Amino acid sequence: MLKMIVCMKQVPMVTELPWDTGTGSLKRDLAEGMMNPACKHALEAALRLKAEHDGHITAITMGPPMAEEVLREAIAMGADRCLMLSDRKMAGADTLVTSYTLARAIEIFCPDFDLILCGCHTSDSETAQVGPQLAEELDIPVIAYAEHVQLGDGSITIRRVSDNFLETLEMDMPGLITLTTHNYVPRYTPLAGLQDAFDEPNILIVSADDLGLDEAMTGIQGSPTRILDVFSPTAEKKNIVLTGAPKKIVEELFERFDDRIGSVIRKDLKVDRQSHG
Amino acid sequence: MAEKTRSIWVFGDYRNYFQNRVTLQLLSRATDLAQKIDAEVCAVVFGHEVDEWVGEYIAHGAKKVFVTDHPMLKSYSTDLYVALMERLALTYDPEIILVGATSFGREFAPRVSKRLKTGLTADCVGLDMNEEGLLVQTAPAFGGNVLARIVTPGRRPQMATVRPGTFQEIPHNYEAAGEIVRVPLPANLPRDRVRLISSERQPPREQKIEDAAVVVCGGRGMGSRKKFRNLYDLARILGGEVGATRPVVYSKWAEEEALVGQADKHIQPKVLLSFGISGAIQHTAGITNADFIIAVNKNPNAAMMKMADVAIVADANQVCTAFIRELKRRIRS
Ligand SMILES: Cc1cc2nc3c(=O)[nH]c(=O)nc-3n(C[C@H](O)[C@H](O)[C@H](O)COP(=O)(O)OP(=O)(O)OC[C@H]3O[C@@H](n4cnc5c(N)ncnc54)[C@H](O)[C@@H]3O)c2cc1C
Ligand SMILES: Nc1ncnc2c1ncn2[C@@H]1O[C@H](COP(=O)(O)O)[C@@H](O)[C@H]1O
Repeated sequence: MLKMIVCMKQVPMVTELPWDTGTGSLKRDLAEGMMNPACKHALEAALRLKAEHDGHITAITMGPPMAEEVLREAIAMGADRCLMLSDRKMAGADTLVTSYTLARAIEIFCPDFDLILCGCHTSDSETAQVGPQLAEELDIPVIAYAEHVQLGDGSITIRRVSDNFLETLEMDMPGLITLTTHNYVPRYTPLAGLQDAFDEPNILIVSADDLGLDEAMTGIQGSPTRILDVFSPTAEKKNIVLTGAPKKIVEELFERFDDRIGSVIRKDLKVDRQSHG
Repeated sequence: MAEKTRSIWVFGDYRNYFQNRVTLQLLSRATDLAQKIDAEVCAVVFGHEVDEWVGEYIAHGAKKVFVTDHPMLKSYSTDLYVALMERLALTYDPEIILVGATSFGREFAPRVSKRLKTGLTADCVGLDMNEEGLLVQTAPAFGGNVLARIVTPGRRPQMATVRPGTFQEIPHNYEAAGEIVRVPLPANLPRDRVRLISSERQPPREQKIEDAAVVVCGGRGMGSRKKFRNLYDLARILGGEVGATRPVVYSKWAEEEALVGQADKHIQPKVLLSFGISGAIQHTAGITNADFIIAVNKNPNAAMMKMADVAIVADANQVCTAFIRELKRRIRS
């Protein structure tokens, strides 16, 4: 039996979230959540491995209670059981602490796993750090940016493109891979399945105490990185503003900047003033 | 014996030209930072027969290069490189480690930071030192249009990854002197749990947009795929390339290769035409080196308009059409 774990994160569906400058926080409640695309591809890869071999899939997420939605979706797609790590104490974790927390949950609830699959990155933070750091925490090997996965005997063969090299790699199991969105297009989730997942979810909710987390390694306190401040970069230039009818604007633009544009494209853009107007 | 002086390390990512440039760019930035805290700039090189790169890094600002040269290190290996870096860092105690955000760097740096139990900030767009001598890492945060200044106060080293193209390299100086510290392969190195079966160099990516003198960038404000195609006509007449924002690429109005921004391509055109782009930081991080920016947007307050030399308040598609006409007229006359 191939025991797999898929780590997934809920991300906002829109990329431009309203930013509350007053409180300096993100108005996340205004955004609908979805399963991070790369995580969904990772789950799809796991489902295909499960179909080919005798497999079992545990989906794990750490996040606010609302993030349970992605676990239900995972069950609808075919995951066997889910772990929901949700606790105020876990909030504000940076990647080092997120990977620590995920690792503790895995050690307690699925210690005999063969393969962990993660997304290569999340669409909201895009650090791409959690996968490799989780592997380090569990002391297992990692291959990031996998595009194609094939199971061998006690090992797994991965194809990927890494810095302009097309590589085939073989990794000992247990191990961790992160998946890109190039292959493994996620299956369509039938509504009926989603309904079942809501009626009878096999989801275990886990708190910081359940995991026996070291407080010095948890949430915002445990995170070695500190945010000093947050700002919107306003690289304002003293610029020329042109308004009006497009044709007039463009004529004006060329009157003033024909040299500048012409020199770059190596063409003479001057016109005889008399001949137009 | 650990050295007393502080040091800033740059991981030597030399596997091909592209990686190497980000190493050179980081050496340049590290040189500026080092002056502020009176530190030494060091490069770290693992591999086999790597003297060429060692010389290159010294010519680009490294005052010292740690080298472990061994046939076992011939191909990049996360397991082995992480173990070597950990040992080196524990021995010499660097203040800062900078790693290029290449595919390998993204696998390598997080593991190193975890080993050393220290913070790591991904994709910094700015690096500076503050009065307390802390590395201030500026990086996009919360997936939004904001930048955060991040520090790692309590742990060492302070670690950051940086995308290629974020900093400018300094011109090489082959006269420059640097110390080479040869570090032998440790006897009890862990077994590599990943084996390279095959590796083929892909044809080097054409760096067309990155090097183009004129780039015509389009965003969601172009309205439709069909209207977006208009930008290709404009770019052709200008002898330039077309760039795009992420929503445009997602909607398949443009190829993925066209994506400009922090996550992908940094461009440096002499003239940048920007049509219907709001100017989110993830996009504008890729155009900071543009000389002359003309932006078209219906909204005069869009961030993109504020950073333009000429801000045109009008419909993007209409301006594009008028631009093409005017250009044709002028080129003909
Ligand atoms: C982790 C992360 C990484 C990202 N990386 C990148 C990246 O590398 N590159 C990137 O581009 N994006 C990236 N993004 C997305 C980025 O945040 C923005 O969402 C994106 O750049 C916005 O694209 P846009 O300007 O085309 O669209 P919008 O923000 O929707 O802007 C459209 C603009 O067009 C204007 N407009 C509308 N109609 C017209 C009209 N008829 N005429 C003229 N103007 C009009 C509007 O006023 C508006 O300003 C990333 C996001 C995240 C979370
Ligand atoms: N809160 C989380 N819970 C579960 N998995 C996560 C979480 N954050 C990140 N991951 C995993 O790590 C991957 C990379 O995330 P990131 O480092 O944020 O880009 C994701 O695709 C997930 O597989």
